[in-house]
Amino acid sequence: MDLAAILSKLLIKNGLICAFLIVGITTHIAYTIAGKLNKKPYASALAIFFGLILAYIGGITTGGHKGLASIPMFAGIGFMGGGMLRDFAITATAFGVELKEIKKCGFVGVLALFLGIISSFVVGVILAFLWGYTDVVSLVTIGAGVVTLIVGPVTGTALGASSEVITLSVAAGVVKSVAIMILTPLLANVCGINNPKSAMVYGGLLGSTSGTSAGMAAVNPKLVPYAAMCATFYTGLGCLMCPSILFLATKAIFG
Amino acid sequence: MIIKGVALLAACFLSGLYIGDILGPLLGVKANVGGVGFAMLFLILLTNHGTKYGWLDSKSASGIDFWAAMYIPIVVAMTASQDVVAAVTSGPLAIIGGVLGVLAGFALIPILAKL
Repeated sequence: MDLAAILSKLLIKNGLICAFLIVGITTHIAYTIAGKLNKKPYASALAIFFGLILAYIGGITTGGHKGLASIPMFAGIGFMGGGMLRDFAITATAFGVELKEIKKCGFVGVLALFLGIISSFVVGVILAFLWGYTDVVSLVTIGAGVVTLIVGPVTGTALGASSEVITLSVAAGVVKSVAIMILTPLLANVCGINNPKSAMVYGGLLGSTSGTSAGMAAVNPKLVPYAAMCATFYTGLGCLMCPSILFLATKAIFG
Repeated sequence: MIIKGVALLAACFLSGLYIGDILGPLLGVKANVGGVGFAMLFLILLTNHGTKYGWLDSKSASGIDFWAAMYIPIVVAMTASQDVVAAVTSGPLAIIGGVLGVLAGFALIPILAKL
């Protein structure tokens, strides 16, 4: 009797339950280590960092693109961390939020969204130009990739960019999202992310749903809904602005 | 009833995403525009109303609390399923672009938060 094969079959069949167990163990280890080091506030940041390491291990051992979920036995992790449950849980965090706070910083939140998209886009376009790209479509697509990993391919497809450039824009977006996860706990104090208003500004400026949701969770779970409330408009607004206004602006400068 | 809270959350979630899905094409965008934001707004309004008028008891509310508490574990699962290998090995342009884009955003936070 092949006990290992029976176990692996069981785990594959019950992927989501298996994911609960693995995530639970990972989180428990992170909280224990943080507690032992008297660094309780960093416990969730550490758990999220462990998640990134597991993703790296999963990706490197299988050559897959879904991190740990690339291993069939752990595919349930991909479902647990997928868009549906993530957005469902983000919505749930809004329970207990003060509407007054959100109304109070509505204007700054909208301003943050526009500035966040434009600043990322400009950084991407300038870098792509310095790298030797000169055609407007490639410049805009790479700039859009720095906005988020969804805006890049949406813009590239709309403008007819080459698949190499679209892939590059997705890669820039993935790097951005991972960089937000790592940098948020390190920079939160310096940048003063400690109240609903600054959390909304943060969500609007950085935008990437996966990046900001992980980043804010690592800093202060109470501020998650405020950041998410702004970040949720980022990708849509990016998809709206990049192939239109920002494309025309880039064309006027480089075209 | 715990399921009452979960069902309320599900109703807010689906109607929020529905609005986002309608808003996208209306604006000519191939994406959901602000769906989760609308869902959160509905949940805030309805739970405020429910607690005030007594149709949302603490037992029902615990159904929402459970999912809010599952948020961090779900985020851990999400990070564990990211394409970290691609991010690390994607070449200098993607890495520098992604990181500089993030730093530009962080630099603007203190300025905007003061407005």
